[in-house]
Amino acid sequence: MAEAPRETVETDVLVIGAGGAGMRGAVAAALSGARVTVICKSLLGKAHTVMAEGGMAAALGNVAHLDSWEAHFADTMKGGKLINNWRMAEIHAKEAPERVLELERWGAVFDRTRDGLIHQRPFGAHTYPRLAHIGDRTGLELIRSLQDVLVHTPAVDVHMEVTVASLLTSDGRVAGALAYARADGRLILYRARAILLATGGAGKIYRITSNSWESTGDGTGLAYEAGAQLQDMEFVQFHPTGMVWPPGVRGILVTEGVRGEGGLLRNKEGDRFMEKYDPERMELSARDVVARAINSEVLAGRGSPHGGAFLDITHRSPDFIKSKLPSMYEQFLKLAKVDITKEPMEVAPTIHYYMGGVRVDAETGATNVSGLFAAGEVASGLHGANRLGGNSLSDLLVFGKRAGEAAGAFAGAHGGSAPIDSRQLEQATERLLAPLRRPHGDSPYRLMSELQEVCTKYAPIIREEKGLREGLEKVLELGGRAQLCGTGGPNGRAFNPGWHTAQDLHGMLINAEALFRSAIERKESRGAHARSDYPRLDARWAELNLITEKTPDGMAVRAVENKPLPYELTEVISQSFKRYTPEEIS
Amino acid sequence: MARASTGDHVQQLRMSVFRGDASEGEMITYDVPVREGMVVLDAVLWVQANLAPDLAVRWNCKAAKCGSCSAEINGFPRLMCKSPVSDYGAELSVRPMRTFPIIRDLVTDVSWNYEVNKRIPKFTPSEKDAFDPQPWRMQQEDVDRITEFRKCIECFLCQDVCHVLRDHDRKDAFFGPRFMIRIAGLEMHPKDSLDRRPLLKNEAGVGMCNITKCCTEVCPEHIHITDNGIIPLKERVADLYFDPVRALGRRLRGGGREPDRGRSR
Ligand code: SF4
Ligand code: SF4
Ligand code: FES
Repeated sequence: MAEAPRETVETDVLVIGAGGAGMRGAVAAALSGARVTVICKSLLGKAHTVMAEGGMAAALGNVAHLDSWEAHFADTMKGGKLINNWRMAEIHAKEAPERVLELERWGAVFDRTRDGLIHQRPFGAHTYPRLAHIGDRTGLELIRSLQDVLVHTPAVDVHMEVTVASLLTSDGRVAGALAYARADGRLILYRARAILLATGGAGKIYRITSNSWESTGDGTGLAYEAGAQLQDMEFVQFHPTGMVWPPGVRGILVTEGVRGEGGLLRNKEGDRFMEKYDPERMELSARDVVARAINSEVLAGRGSPHGGAFLDITHRSPDFIKSKLPSMYEQFLKLAKVDITKEPMEVAPTIHYYMGGVRVDAETGATNVSGLFAAGEVASGLHGANRLGGNSLSDLLVFGKRAGEAAGAFAGAHGGSAPIDSRQLEQATERLLAPLRRPHGDSPYRLMSELQEVCTKYAPIIREEKGLREGLEKVLELGGRAQLCGTGGPNGRAFNPGWHTAQDLHGMLINAEALFRSAIERKESRGAHARSDYPRLDARWAELNLITEKTPDGMAVRAVENKPLPYELTEVISQSFKRYTPEEIS
Repeated sequence: MARASTGDHVQQLRMSVFRGDASEGEMITYDVPVREGMVVLDAVLWVQANLAPDLAVRWNCKAAKCGSCSAEINGFPRLMCKSPVSDYGAELSVRPMRTFPIIRDLVTDVSWNYEVNKRIPKFTPSEKDAFDPQPWRMQQEDVDRITEFRKCIECFLCQDVCHVLRDHDRKDAFFGPRFMIRIAGLEMHPKDSLDRRPLLKNEAGVGMCNITKCCTEVCPEHIHITDNGIIPLKERVADLYFDPVRALGRRLRGGGREPDRGRSR
């Protein structure tokens, strides 16, 4: 018999996650009149958003007066290889400038143009300089500014270092969540009228990643188990430039801002190889293109000594580099003992972002489970097959606000939270506590590490059927072993990372399975999903999104037709892109 | 002992780590195989994955950007993810920050800092600015003055090392260096309209700081906490309370009273 939860918290809107989307969503829900509880796995202000470096894309037109929402929309669709949810891309392009200016009025500080307006830097695959930024720590600025507003919003409570294990539902409506506090391991039952998922991505299922330990795909896992549909799970972005050497730092992000500020990519022969892959946009091509280019150069034997490419900014003055890219300068000096004002960096692709996630309504972030909303990286649709740099910070603000408002409105329209199904709660409690009762179970650390090997090996930058099928087999086998895993050692409840890791594994396995299943289904190459056995875009697939859902027979993936673009928006794209290549149109 | 950062690499590291909680604990030694470029956090996580699965430690980014992995390495407050083991030689010790209560192993209860933060009135533009339909204009040099303060990653190492908090435990009387620069960032924001000098003088206790600069020394973001933050704040407070010419000026303008906390300038 599982133990009953010790503590119950009642709230109108429960926000899970306190990165940019979660905080913006919480503020929006509170402004719409709801009592809000925010829970986060770490301390407040440590969310993965702080690592975003380059900036926030918004067509403010401060640097390039020709910029417009239409151009931003078209860039986003083109980057996403046209399978984006076009309505999300439209809303995002139209509302991002407003959200950036609002953030400034909440105290965020950006670099300025000579006229004193917000400065905007060029970035990969954005037609115009478009990224509002402050040095190379724009994500931190966003988090601190929102944090300031959040902690001064009386209707909001923040519970730090609390992890959700399961969502609870009742008749297809979300009713609450079972969670545990990391510090002492006590269980908490949250009862809420509406829940907003803002849990970020699942980059930790790979070995080489720019993501923090938190990015274990909790939200996609929770939503899937609660009956929500996932979408586009095959699209995982490799950021072209992660650190390569020394091994201890492999995967840590090297901001695209380096290329935005003029950094050049070279192979070991000294050639600017991007000429071969995208002569027009060169280093500032889309991320998927640059990542594959570096990959190809390495495979062709033209890589740098540790299997990457050289990224060189030494032609800029040391002062310029230190002021525009201060944390990159510091990071390389300290961790790699490389002075980037004097020597080139060595870089290689690293896992960075989940385009896939929970399928949501464009206007509200609502999922197909009543009362459950999602925003930010955990949601899918805006970025299609490949995200442009700078579009994620603006995504967090635009859709965090919308989903927070919608969750607030939902809570307002429903007098109370749905009843808790005691059997569901008992099962959830049982699963959560089970690893503590298996002193001799497999070590969760070992399972996690094996899972990371499997994803890295079988779902790499270029995929093929055989490897994907093998990978899926292995993930399923790991899933079986994880059902019996323990904590790897002592079974105390107080701050026991072995136990926490066993929980994190659960969501990671769902994400990995969905990734392999979807990647097998999509028999073409599009954006971040590249296959050697289907190397080309296939026009038929441009109309299809893959949906992953839980069925009585386990996980199922099926294709659904996406909504066709309305005529006006098709026009916007063709107007805006005289330079459109045939490959990109198909 | 120390084969320092000369580039030659020790194969094995003897690392002793504090294990225990608020009531009791001890240093336990682990042997860790060293990889090139390994940082102390890697070593701790290696121990966690291989020898002590319940070793409690906070970390997020492993890139010196989130400020989660603060600890005392050989007695010095540092970010573990930014401290190459090659800087230390074949032996090192890792303890939790001393200024905060221990939860477990390397994890401390830093919630006091979050409570302090709530007591600092948030960024507040003037009514005119707040409703200005035009986008704000600010000059880069004004922005530059405060970006330094806004670089803070809330690692609380400065709080850990400040003797007012560490040795005298005056958390009741002093907000600590981290929140001095938080206030500095707000006070020097070109669009902020509040006056936090009364707060600084009273609750925040800027007078408790006697400019030892220990905080500045440990700041991983190289923020000049004392020179650029605390000293100018002290001057502002002194201006307000002790400058006879200013005080006279205020009286002539009909002011005279101490401004209330949070009142408009
Ligand atoms: S300078 Fe002031 S704030 Fe900094 S450590 Fe010394 S007493 Fe503390
Ligand atoms: S001021 Fe520096 S030392 Fe203090 S919390 Fe911020 S980053 Fe850490
Ligand atoms: S883990 Fe983020 S600062 Fe060390």
